[in-house]
Amino acid sequence: MENFAAALRVMGMGMLGIFSVTIVLIVVMSLLTKIFPPENNEEM
Amino acid sequence: MEQFLSLYGNLSNLTWQMVVMWAIGGILIWLGIRKKMEPTLLLPMGFGAILVNLPMSGAITQTVNGLIEEGPLDVLFNAGIANELFLLLLFIGIGAMIDFTPLLANPSMMLYGAAAQFGIFFTLALATLFGFSLQDAASVGIIGAADGPTSIFVANYYHSRYLGAIIVAAYSYMALVPIIQPPVIRAITTKKERRIRMDYNPRNVSKRAKILFPIFITIIAGLIAPRSIALVGFLMFGNLIRECGVLGHLSDTAQDVMANLVTLVLGLTVASQMRAEDFLNRQTLFILVLGLAAFIFDTVGGVLFAKLMNLFTKKKINPMIGACGISAFPMSARVITQMGIKEDPSNILIMQATGVNVSGQICSVIAGGLLLSLIAR
Repeated sequence: MENFAAALRVMGMGMLGIFSVTIVLIVVMSLLTKIFPPENNEEM
Repeated sequence: MEQFLSLYGNLSNLTWQMVVMWAIGGILIWLGIRKKMEPTLLLPMGFGAILVNLPMSGAITQTVNGLIEEGPLDVLFNAGIANELFLLLLFIGIGAMIDFTPLLANPSMMLYGAAAQFGIFFTLALATLFGFSLQDAASVGIIGAADGPTSIFVANYYHSRYLGAIIVAAYSYMALVPIIQPPVIRAITTKKERRIRMDYNPRNVSKRAKILFPIFITIIAGLIAPRSIALVGFLMFGNLIRECGVLGHLSDTAQDVMANLVTLVLGLTVASQMRAEDFLNRQTLFILVLGLAAFIFDTVGGVLFAKLMNLFTKKKINPMIGACGISAFPMSARVITQMGIKEDPSNILIMQATGVNVSGQICSVIAGGLLLSLIAR
């Protein structure tokens, strides 16, 4: 049961961690595409 | 005559457990050839399972007359898996295979990739109830990454003695995604939800953004989850080779010849962990059950998150695409696209599904890195 309690803590921290990293990555991706838009002659 | 009979003396070392492992090896080979399930991996693994379960097999390390004779598969294991070399090389190949454009065109899709990692952490907790230590539970939970190299990386990091079973479960269930996901999705969505149409109006993505993407992801992942940097870094390096536009030959080699070659050697080498005495036990059965649970709850996590988002957004999302966050690239995206077409032949979800699917690849690697950070070896 001690391991289970520790695992639940890891579950909470893990999901929180993954969402926080994801949000940062989404912001970075959005900035990348805004700062570096395709040039007119660029093939997309 | 006695000398002649001694040629067959090794037969007395044969055990029924070895024969069972031959059968398991045979099944893996059959699945690879007949059902075309991950043949590049299941075929060498199946053959390797037979190879290491021959009595006094010279393919693995044996003690003969008090002397230790190293077997080539154990040598390969120490040279390529224990030090993570094969896995990292494979990640370069995977990175070179993946086109992240659909994700860059619609970054918010990444949230579903994050939600679909739920199965990893849920299974981790579940595994502790089956008596696994926290480290072994993490190694079992990571089967839910639906990403073989990440599973091997994490299980190997924790020196899990269940590595063989974890690899068999991870790759088998990855190949079974078309069978596992559809009934789970149907069970938690309505027909109306499955028919939701999603407009695809992506923003254009420049070549410079595609080149900078792997570099920025590496830096951010390294800063936030440093333990994941070997995995993320090699994955992104492979992607940089693909996107830079000047290393076409290297990119082709990485995603084709190198990835195939490493997978082949990897399959044979991991079989060294499939010795009857380590493999045939109750824990292996638990791992197979828990691995399936990980895939199911990944799917549930992704779909329910999409349903939750639908409560707050004007533009409704087809909740099925949440299931693509499981990773298992590109199979999961294909499965969801086909399900969408089945519900409504004019509803094509391929781009949205691919965007979520590639984000699942990144998120599963980050989830693996987070596990390494959260649970001490």
